[in-house]
Amino acid sequence: MREFRYERATDLAGAVATLAAAPDGAYLGGGTNLVDLMKLGVATPDVLVDVRELTSTAVEELPGGGLRIGAAVPNADLGADRRVRERYPVLAQALLSGASGQLRNRATTGGNLLQRTRCSYFTDVTKPCNKRAPGSGCGALQGAHRNHAVLGATIDGPDSPVTCIATHPSDMAVAMVALDAVVQVLGPDGERSIPIAGLHRLPGDDPSRDTTLRHGELITAIDLPPLPAGTVSRYRKSRDRASFAFALVSVAVAVALEDGVVADVRLALGGVAHKPWRAAAAEEALRGQPPTEAAVTAAARAELAAATPLPENGFKVPLAQNLLVRTLLDLTGASR
Amino acid sequence: MDIQITLRVDGVQAPLSVDTRTTLLDAMRDRLRNTSPKKGCDHGQCGACTVLLDGRRVNSCLVLAVTADGAEVTTSDGLAAGGQPHALHRSFVEYDAYQCGYCTPGQICSAAGVLAEAAQGWPSTVTEDLTAGTADLTDAEIRERMAGNLCRCAAYAHIVPAVAAVAGAQGVRR
Repeated sequence: MREFRYERATDLAGAVATLAAAPDGAYLGGGTNLVDLMKLGVATPDVLVDVRELTSTAVEELPGGGLRIGAAVPNADLGADRRVRERYPVLAQALLSGASGQLRNRATTGGNLLQRTRCSYFTDVTKPCNKRAPGSGCGALQGAHRNHAVLGATIDGPDSPVTCIATHPSDMAVAMVALDAVVQVLGPDGERSIPIAGLHRLPGDDPSRDTTLRHGELITAIDLPPLPAGTVSRYRKSRDRASFAFALVSVAVAVALEDGVVADVRLALGGVAHKPWRAAAAEEALRGQPPTEAAVTAAARAELAAATPLPENGFKVPLAQNLLVRTLLDLTGASR
Repeated sequence: MDIQITLRVDGVQAPLSVDTRTTLLDAMRDRLRNTSPKKGCDHGQCGACTVLLDGRRVNSCLVLAVTADGAEVTTSDGLAAGGQPHALHRSFVEYDAYQCGYCTPGQICSAAGVLAEAAQGWPSTVTEDLTAGTADLTDAEIRERMAGNLCRCAAYAHIVPAVAAVAGAQGVRR
């Protein structure tokens, strides 16, 4: 592991100033991903600014019925929070389906959003990877890519400096994207609010960047807006083993019916792209429709029409479609 | 870069100068000679290093020692208050819940965390009614909640009843 200086600040502004002055530095939250990446030589910060005890561990009511989640709220506490369980079951389910009890106790809400891909070429410093070593190529494209992206990837040949088929590993973020969460950020230039759909990015021509955050910007809180009355929601995750595994594909679904038709619907997919994937095409196809098997199937197909499956990960396309269809039908009762 | 910290492990307070790169696990084992927590994968995937950090189960291999400055750390050894085995220790012996024993201190600490989490009513991903507010540690619940602890001898079939027996005695299993 590269040597690093460990810094604690007395306030948020001090932490931001310290990191802003350290171009190769990083914030440390729970460390469950970052410390591991440092051991692997994938992350090599020369300064760690510990913000775990500096950012909030509180979940607070927002005027109008939403919740503000402090960036340092542990994943375990958020999944167990009674208000989250009752008002945002999709988020509680996503949190509880991720990692292990030990990791959820230590991992923070802000850190969960910023965790890095588990692509095995990214985490192996002896392999080419445009995300870790820009310009080195992509080992996964013609290698082991069963777990990789089928939507929004940059596919330009294994030696191209822009190819990246990595996926974002978070479960929690998928639910938050479906819930239209808003990420509160403090940076060298002050505060800003980022709708979560604009936090994570596709690889485009720069796979090294996971998010739109600028150096020194710190997530301080995540706001959950209230859901329309009558909304039911669910997170469903498909994985290789029953527990403690990342999603092959997951879906976050929140839907409200009015007079038998879909009045409000929010759909997001995990495990399929470089970012949690908001299924806007499927939502558009469903709005105003009765949630029949034919209608939800057509909506799911519309979303996956743009998929670019590779030899080993083609199964994700029907899996994503089927998860969307089954979860929507289960939630709206049309299957019973 | 070395930093002066104080670790409190199993009730013993130790001032210590550590390289910032040192994990809590390595500090306990190599500096304090407390070899109760074990190093398995060293990447947070096996659970052998599980300890209670201020009462919560964590993977000590992913905690930097400098961040545990002043915190209260309890290992499986430390659960044996006054040299008397913890109820979980006795239960693991009674149910023969191990073979080689390497993962056992982590299993014990994790189980202690599971019991505390259940006592607070925390749900898991297999909990049917998330709004219930109370936890019932069925066999399925124990399997799910202990999923962060691997046992290469595959003693799982005995670990589940060992934990269940203590859960029953503590009123978090109906």
